[in-house]
Amino acid sequence: MSAPTTRSTRSAQNLWSGVLFGVGLIAFIDEAVFHQLLHWHHFYDLSTPAMGLVSDGIFHAVSWFATIAGLFLLADLRRHDALHWRRWTGGVLLGAGVFQLYDGTVHHKVFGIHEIRYVEDVFVYDLVWNLAAAAMIVAGAVLVHLTRSTAPVRVASSVR
Amino acid sequence: MDATHAHGGGGSLDALVVFVAVVAVACYLGGVAGSRRRGRDWPVSRTVLWCAGIAAGAAAAAGPLAAAAHESFTAHMWAHLLGGMAAPLLMVLAAPVTLALRTLDVTPARRLSRLLRSAPARFLSHPIPAAVINAGGLWLIYLTPLFDAMRTQPLVHVLVHAHLVAAGYLFLAAVIGLDPRPHPPGRVLTSIVLVATMASHGILAKYLYANPPAGLDVLDVRAGAQLMYYTGAWVEAVTIVIFCAQWYRATGVTSRASRPAGTRLERA
Repeated sequence: MSAPTTRSTRSAQNLWSGVLFGVGLIAFIDEAVFHQLLHWHHFYDLSTPAMGLVSDGIFHAVSWFATIAGLFLLADLRRHDALHWRRWTGGVLLGAGVFQLYDGTVHHKVFGIHEIRYVEDVFVYDLVWNLAAAAMIVAGAVLVHLTRSTAPVRVASSVR
Repeated sequence: MDATHAHGGGGSLDALVVFVAVVAVACYLGGVAGSRRRGRDWPVSRTVLWCAGIAAGAAAAAGPLAAAAHESFTAHMWAHLLGGMAAPLLMVLAAPVTLALRTLDVTPARRLSRLLRSAPARFLSHPIPAAVINAGGLWLIYLTPLFDAMRTQPLVHVLVHAHLVAAGYLFLAAVIGLDPRPHPPGRVLTSIVLVATMASHGILAKYLYANPPAGLDVLDVRAGAQLMYYTGAWVEAVTIVIFCAQWYRATGVTSRASRPAGTRLERA
């Protein structure tokens, strides 16, 4: 079985492995850096409505599962010699960007689970947060588009 | 709360918990010895896991931690993590049913396997009912008068912990159980149930953070709720790794089997 064929058949798995890992990675950074190290985020603001609590809980659980499942999918791609790093990276950026945008808009603003930081001009923080998310989505989408299975394969010789 | 009263009533219950734990370890060790006698080895690691699981479950229900749990919500949460999450995980990985089926005489072994195949057992061991009993039970404990009763009455305390260990075991056996099952559930469904159960645990932790049970120190409850959220997540992470590793291994076997015959010869 030649590498390019395997790659095109596992194009979706490369993407999904990246997306899942991206969602988990950004959630982990959020938890480790902003909650635990900087203490900018609150565990949660007490005025949060029930829906916000449910959404937050589901996203916490999904991100845990996604990180680990994404890495097992990556291992599966490697053992079948079907790993396409650029497509996988595109997936990571896409997953991370979408999660960060959801967190920055729905969680922080609509449900008010907590703010990015408890300062006067939180708008600047929100802007940077969501622009960073948008940048990741655009970069991810470009990479995913460039590595789509119907795209001309030029990197076949670089395998192994 | 009257600590001496709780302790006085708890003395004989502590002894009962220790007795049950010793019996559970003795039965398992008896099974291991029986398996050896019949010439089939049993992994030492599983025996260690069983002993550790029983010890964790017992420590949650009796002894110094259980006594402290009457006073402190943080201590209570450690007992919950130890008894409701760590103990079942360790016990499930010890595959006690496999050991029992291997070492019991023919008649009781048949009876056991018939029991496991019965309609109620199959219903309870399905991930959805198992998750409802596990996660739902937790909400009942914290949001009903059961919580107060547990803190003031030693017998209720022991019964609640017995439920936590049993419900945790039932759930983890449904999700990552090693023991043989006639109708294993689909992995996608199991993933969804696992994620939903973890979500429920996280939501309950944050709910308790915002709505401390009456009569408890707010700071103590907040510390306990965060402990439940963060430490619980690590136990859940171990569960996810095991679940994914089982899936990974199973699909590896499938794709190896589906390869052309020539590539499989070296294995045979």
